[in-house]
Amino acid sequence: MKQFYNFVVKEFIHIMRDRRTLFILIGMPVVQILIFGFALTNEVKNSGFAVIDLSHDERSAQLIDELDASRYFELRGKFQSLESLEQSFRKGQVRIGIVIPPNFGKDMERPGGATLQFIADASDPNVANTLINYANAVVVDFEQNITGEKKMPFTIQTETRMLYNPQLQGAYNFVPGVMAMVLLLVCTMMTALTVVREKELGTMEVMLVSPLKPLKIIIAKAVPYLLLSMLNIASILLLSVFVLDVPINGSLTLLVGESILFILVALSLGLLISSSTASQQSAMFISLIGMFLPTVMLSGFMFPIENMPLPMQVVSNAVPAKWFYIIVRSVMIKGVGLKHVWKETLILIGMLIFFMTMAIKKFKVRLA
Amino acid sequence: MSKLGVILSKEFRQIIRNPAIIRLIFIMPVIQLLVLPNAADYEIKNINLQVTDHDHSALSRRLIDNISATGYFRVIGYGSDRDLAMEAIEKDQADLILEIPHNFERDLIREESARLMLAVNAINGVKASLGGAYLNNLLRQFNGDIRTEWLQPDRLQKPFSITTTFTNWFNPGMNYKYFMVPGILVLLLTMVGMNLTAINIVREKEIGTIEQINVSPIKKHHFILGKLIPFWVLGLVVLTIGFLIARLVYGIVPLGAYWTIYVFAAVYLLVILGMGLLVSTFSATQQQAMLVSFFIMMIFILMGGLYTSIDSMPEWAKWITRINPVTYFIEVMRRVVLKGATLGDVTKEFAVIIGYAMLVNGLAILSYRKRS
Repeated sequence: MKQFYNFVVKEFIHIMRDRRTLFILIGMPVVQILIFGFALTNEVKNSGFAVIDLSHDERSAQLIDELDASRYFELRGKFQSLESLEQSFRKGQVRIGIVIPPNFGKDMERPGGATLQFIADASDPNVANTLINYANAVVVDFEQNITGEKKMPFTIQTETRMLYNPQLQGAYNFVPGVMAMVLLLVCTMMTALTVVREKELGTMEVMLVSPLKPLKIIIAKAVPYLLLSMLNIASILLLSVFVLDVPINGSLTLLVGESILFILVALSLGLLISSSTASQQSAMFISLIGMFLPTVMLSGFMFPIENMPLPMQVVSNAVPAKWFYIIVRSVMIKGVGLKHVWKETLILIGMLIFFMTMAIKKFKVRLA
Repeated sequence: MSKLGVILSKEFRQIIRNPAIIRLIFIMPVIQLLVLPNAADYEIKNINLQVTDHDHSALSRRLIDNISATGYFRVIGYGSDRDLAMEAIEKDQADLILEIPHNFERDLIREESARLMLAVNAINGVKASLGGAYLNNLLRQFNGDIRTEWLQPDRLQKPFSITTTFTNWFNPGMNYKYFMVPGILVLLLTMVGMNLTAINIVREKEIGTIEQINVSPIKKHHFILGKLIPFWVLGLVVLTIGFLIARLVYGIVPLGAYWTIYVFAAVYLLVILGMGLLVSTFSATQQQAMLVSFFIMMIFILMGGLYTSIDSMPEWAKWITRINPVTYFIEVMRRVVLKGATLGDVTKEFAVIIGYAMLVNGLAILSYRKRS
């Protein structure tokens, strides 16, 4: 045990002496949570729109004002022709164009009514869909405002409540996501690298002839990163509660416990990568380039998993961050207890056992 | 052989003699490009709806039938217990709860107005806002249908009416892949390029071979160029493979010219590789270099405008996107591929990226020191 302890101390000294790495390891999650927590949102707002107003009457001016006043749109141009609208789309200045036909105001009061045309830049279909929906809603409002208080018979009113996140803040979604991503990638990469580094520099040989069992050497390498990551969890949680106003509605103990479990999964994955690669370059390639985009896209916080085609849903099950993201979201924001997330927890434990066994199996006591 | 030629042949040989890395450089992007675009779909469908019906009237049943007939919603539960509905949300089984109160039908007939309650699981922003909006539209339509049925025609005429139509330009089939595939290709190219160069010089430092270069008559700019050119060529090869996949697997043919993209990509790669080299000259160990490049890359990629809309970001964050080369390339890629933009349409982006390339590589040459 004393030997093991000494090895852990050695690893700590390694990390502590490399001030720059330490600084990045502690500072990076803080900066990222702040930037992404404030900047990223799935909501679409302040999108540029342009009008082709062929009517030039009071009503059309009113409609344009209302669109501009809504939080979703921002007037960026008035054009005379479809060609100039297309030009503007091509330059990326506006996302949606609205064509107001001649005699718009007068036609509105005639039996057939007036017709508006929306032209969306569908190169991003998601944004296009959303904007058309929003524009329709603004027009319906506009119509109702003019119609005034005159009540329509047989009206169904709908009251909508946004559960858990009444202001629709992006941070509620992105904090759990970024937390899963940062913890996974940093832990996996760092453990993978420190072991491979010793191989590359030749110091692994020195350690392998020491009286300590090889397995313990490897575990001793992971311990400092476990502690560092716990520090990161603390800073991420403090920031999200006090700066980003994302509450912790469930049990803090459960949240921290699950986070530690997730870190262990990441560490064991890192060990597995390190025992199957020979150079830091390959280790980095697998742990970073191999895992970054799949983690972003398949963990469910960018794209809802239920929307994916079935094979992709199956693939997403192999992404550890998916399960942790579900757990954090449930415990932190919904405030539910272990009885709602036991399945996800078991899956993470299963992954931990799998990666650990594989890492130990692949670990070679003898150097090639 | 010129000095540059010598160092180039050294670098190329070093890359080629490491088959493990070569394999990773090509296989990793190919697999990801084949798999990941299939995951990206924001189209709303399969929204799980839990219905709490306290009314149990003909009208409430008709409403539910109407909703499930659209195909966008899956009614996963029906009952009159409010707690059961909340439980479904807590368990993540339901996205929306529609609550139909007692006497819904009677109120609508007698008092000419009735209420419905809609609760949205708003943790997931996309599903919440789109799903909620969609159901609201549906309810409005349902309301209109009821009115038409129950009323004599003269009372129906609204005093003002506007009909809206819409057209989707550039991507009428609303195929999300046309947007995602080129975007993901940009991200992969960026990651591969930046990481490879970021650990390259520092690797020579760590192993000690940099000493040999430092005592050779090679000039600083030769050294940087020698590091830059092989990866630049590799990057263009990866880009070409990516376009082949886009064309053969996804059927994406750019509306604009390929050469426009290649001209831009050629300069863009210089920016990315130069940044990697800059990180490398400032780092002492490969670990440091990787952490720093990972940090920069994560910000560049998540704020590049592929995953979330830049328009929605606060003003300070928009400034970050303005110094983010990934934003420019994704924007140019999208415009050339989907909108057929020419080099003339993207002059602004092109000017920025050229300036960027000169700045970054100038700094990389200046910061490389032959003395330790």
